[in-house]
Amino acid sequence: MVERARVPSDLTLRVKSLESLLVEKGLVDPVVLDALIDTMEHKVGPRNGARVVARAWMDPVYKQRLLENAPAAIAELGYTSGQGEHTLVVENTARVHNLVVCTLCSCYPWPVLGLPPVWYKSAPYRSRAVIDPRGILREFGTQLPDDVEVRVWDSTAELRYLVLPERPAGTELMNEEQLASLITRDAMVGVAKVTLPTSRGNP
Amino acid sequence: MNGAHDMGGQRDMGPLEYEKNEPVFHAPWEARVYALTRAMRAWGKWNLDADRHALERLPPADYLRMSYYERWFHRLARQVVEYGLVSKEEFDSGMANPGSTKVTPSMTLATVPDWLSRGIPSSEDPNVRPRFTVHQRVRARHINPSGHTRLPRYARGKAGVIVRDHGVYLFPDSNAHFQGETRQHVYSVRFAATELWGDDASPRDSVHLDLWDDYLERA
Repeated sequence: MVERARVPSDLTLRVKSLESLLVEKGLVDPVVLDALIDTMEHKVGPRNGARVVARAWMDPVYKQRLLENAPAAIAELGYTSGQGEHTLVVENTARVHNLVVCTLCSCYPWPVLGLPPVWYKSAPYRSRAVIDPRGILREFGTQLPDDVEVRVWDSTAELRYLVLPERPAGTELMNEEQLASLITRDAMVGVAKVTLPTSRGNP
Repeated sequence: MNGAHDMGGQRDMGPLEYEKNEPVFHAPWEARVYALTRAMRAWGKWNLDADRHALERLPPADYLRMSYYERWFHRLARQVVEYGLVSKEEFDSGMANPGSTKVTPSMTLATVPDWLSRGIPSSEDPNVRPRFTVHQRVRARHINPSGHTRLPRYARGKAGVIVRDHGVYLFPDSNAHFQGETRQHVYSVRFAATELWGDDASPRDSVHLDLWDDYLERA
């Protein structure tokens, strides 16, 4: 990763120095820092979103609730942490493909997807997603026909967007857990489609 | 502010760099910066909009050169001094001034779940009237404020259609500068890709932005 190679080597020391000062002054408790990190590393992440999508694929009534009131429908599955209470779910169909970006910073639906990956926060994605979404999709291995409408959602306010991908053909006999295992973070951001393992390409 | 962060529509930022099986944090210092930032917010010295604006105030060359959490580190370093939680001497030495008082952390292990689930206030307020209605054609105002704004340059002066009223949210342009907590309606506005980028754009495609009342005028 070019981006990380440019990070000054003394950053580890500078962060340690700041943390020890803030701890010494009683401004933070290191145990709290550990708990915050543990939450983001182990408790939230795209597995949460995949469960929401799989439920919506299995249960049309749940899907309707999800599209009408996403925060409540997501909370039904137990995911309620901050940065998600104003979530909207946008549905991909044979005619419409949705793509999510935050051109100004890094807004992302944390409770269902966790912290965003580096590429989502990077200048190449933030700059190009709005002007060339089809080019971005091609880089992720997704070629969209011209007659499919692309809708880009730039998260400029406090709304957070989750894409409900299309359920691929050939999954009719799968249960919810099997379906969830197919659903990727990239598909829920809208840069990819959900595919079966045999045909899944790498971006 | 017309800063380096407002990059929607640029084409020269290089190729996407995709990492398979990317970890949540790439190094322990990134995780510590993330957690320190979250924990220090609990002191309530700055709000979310001021937090965003603090990143935008990094010098443009630094903003583009730095990695994400490196920006976060420099933001936090600046904030703790600017808001008086730490003195400049303390920051430089990494040690508390002799005789400085020790406080009790505002975020404790017991309150972590509460802080994590704490979101932004309700978007429902019947006392705040919307200036626009769904299906109405609007134009994003042509403004170039010197302070914080969430109206990106690429949409300014462009016409679109309101597709949804999201309810009321704090107006970031004033809140980021602690100039009052004004609440306004925020709308999802659909801009045709051809309106934003010209005739080379796909005629079917669109970009939706979430825009506050004060960013919009009748088209």
